[in-house]
Amino acid sequence: MKKIRINKSLKDNLITFGLVTVAFIAVEILKMTGHISSLMKGLLVPVCIYIICAIALNLCVGILGELSLGHAGFMCIGAFSGAFFSKCVQDIITFAPLRFTLAIIIGAVFASIFGFLIGIPVLRLKGDYLAIVTLAFGEIIKNVINVLYVGLDDNGFHFSLKDVVSLKLLPEGKVIINGAQGITGTPNDSSFEVGFVLIIITLIIVLNLIHSRDGRAIMSIRDNTIAAESIGINITKYKLMAFTISAGLAGVAGVLYAHNLSSLMAQPKNFGYNMSITILLFVVLGGIGNIRGSVISAVLLTLLPELLRGLSDYRMLIYAIVLIVLMLFNWSPKILDLRKKYSIKNLISKSKMKEAE
Amino acid sequence: MSTVLEVNNLTISFGGLRAVDDFNVKIKEGELYGLIGPNGAGKTTVFNLLTGVYKPDEGKIFLEGENITGKSTVEINKAGIARTFQNIRLFKNLSVLDNVKAGLHNSFTYSTITGILRLPKYFNIEKEMTEKAMDLLKVFDLDNEASYLASNLPYGKQRKLEIARALATDPKLLLLDEPAAGMNPNETQELMDTITILKNDFKKTILLIEHDMKLVSGICEELTVLNFGSVLCQGRTSDVLNDPEVIKAYLGDD
Repeated sequence: MKKIRINKSLKDNLITFGLVTVAFIAVEILKMTGHISSLMKGLLVPVCIYIICAIALNLCVGILGELSLGHAGFMCIGAFSGAFFSKCVQDIITFAPLRFTLAIIIGAVFASIFGFLIGIPVLRLKGDYLAIVTLAFGEIIKNVINVLYVGLDDNGFHFSLKDVVSLKLLPEGKVIINGAQGITGTPNDSSFEVGFVLIIITLIIVLNLIHSRDGRAIMSIRDNTIAAESIGINITKYKLMAFTISAGLAGVAGVLYAHNLSSLMAQPKNFGYNMSITILLFVVLGGIGNIRGSVISAVLLTLLPELLRGLSDYRMLIYAIVLIVLMLFNWSPKILDLRKKYSIKNLISKSKMKEAE
Repeated sequence: MSTVLEVNNLTISFGGLRAVDDFNVKIKEGELYGLIGPNGAGKTTVFNLLTGVYKPDEGKIFLEGENITGKSTVEINKAGIARTFQNIRLFKNLSVLDNVKAGLHNSFTYSTITGILRLPKYFNIEKEMTEKAMDLLKVFDLDNEASYLASNLPYGKQRKLEIARALATDPKLLLLDEPAAGMNPNETQELMDTITILKNDFKKTILLIEHDMKLVSGICEELTVLNFGSVLCQGRTSDVLNDPEVIKAYLGDD
């Protein structure tokens, strides 16, 4: 009995890793043989970004059981701290893989720190209240970065919340973060291959965490806080741990995002609550707590609007309808029953039974 | 025999209501102690006070001589009190095995990094945890359901799993809140056998709340009867159950 259970979770994880790897190899082959349009090529890195975000948010929503609508904010922090670092050391570290690795670590650390700090007050709330407060924090982060000016000259860093002039830079100094215009000229270090590696790392972290002692503690808090406390599980510690890791991973996605664009701005469309809702959509459609589902739905829902581009004006309408249909197909109880009845597994076992007769 | 739990003058009020008034009890090691009383007498409130869910207004709680009054639930569990709940509180979306392993959380530890990187220590300790948990499940005859989700267990087994989980924290004192509630006579009999195993084989000291008089008179050695928050009667089970005051509280005046 014991063996079966361990094998099952191991098998589950292997399927997830296998799926991602096979998809990666398939896309690489398509790329090499030139069977992939330039539009699709441009989407490959964003797909990776969304997958990482969806996994990160699923850790918070599905495993910890706390609804966060502020993950775009953590992504924003990761993006800006990562890009800021890359811009500063662009001339010093010219070896791109090293620079990008460091940028990712810095982005993850900064996003985690903010996740931790925001988590302390926010995780005292429950359910809808928590969602609203994280939403507010996400917006605050975006808006603060929009008025932040940072410059670098021989005297070191200069900060301002007003404008470039008040930075009082020396003539040869350069502006790194230019308020609403953000960071321009970040080295273009992101690639689909890097994205793939980051997805694998994210999966390893999240899946291994879930199946460890800490993961059990986190899930026990989700299922019953009072009972978890009664068996000596430190609620605050594990809630903060899950939230911080989730924020850090969202930060990684942010760094990937920042290094995919030549100019990085904190706009509502990339780091606003719309983005948080989009990520939440991946998680809900893929199944709350189901990591593999998040990966699949992130891919589907990122590609779908682009595939529907031919429909021009009706694009978003069709997208919404497809979304409703997918959601019903995936999670409506009646359809779930039907799917179980006509699932391949079931049909095979039925035909076997007939043969036996 | 040494005293495991000593409670002095425990009192708590909610608004104007004195839910527990001047509650005293002394439980010796290895004893099976019963706490009974009509609905609303304050039995579960006593449990909540003992486990730190509520902080008492007055009074002191000693566990093996250590003052645990006013400590948090987590600290009290680490000090050695584990409990079950009147309305079952399992980790419904975890497997039966994982429910018990969650109870072993503080007995077997490794760092988060070890877990994420899957260092050899992870495999060793997880294996030990699984073995320990399976041993416990065997005692409660749940080993065949180890891989089931806790919510898929039948009611009686859910009750047993909750006791197994509490036992996994290796408590000095086990609090059982109406373990037989909602059980049919067969299940109650099984439960009585299980509790006897806890007492005899695991040498646990147990304090239990119960309404089922057959169970109480069958296994409890000493009893405290609560009524309207205060102690009505205390002593050996047979004496207490024949006390005219107790009979009056349960059956009413004639």
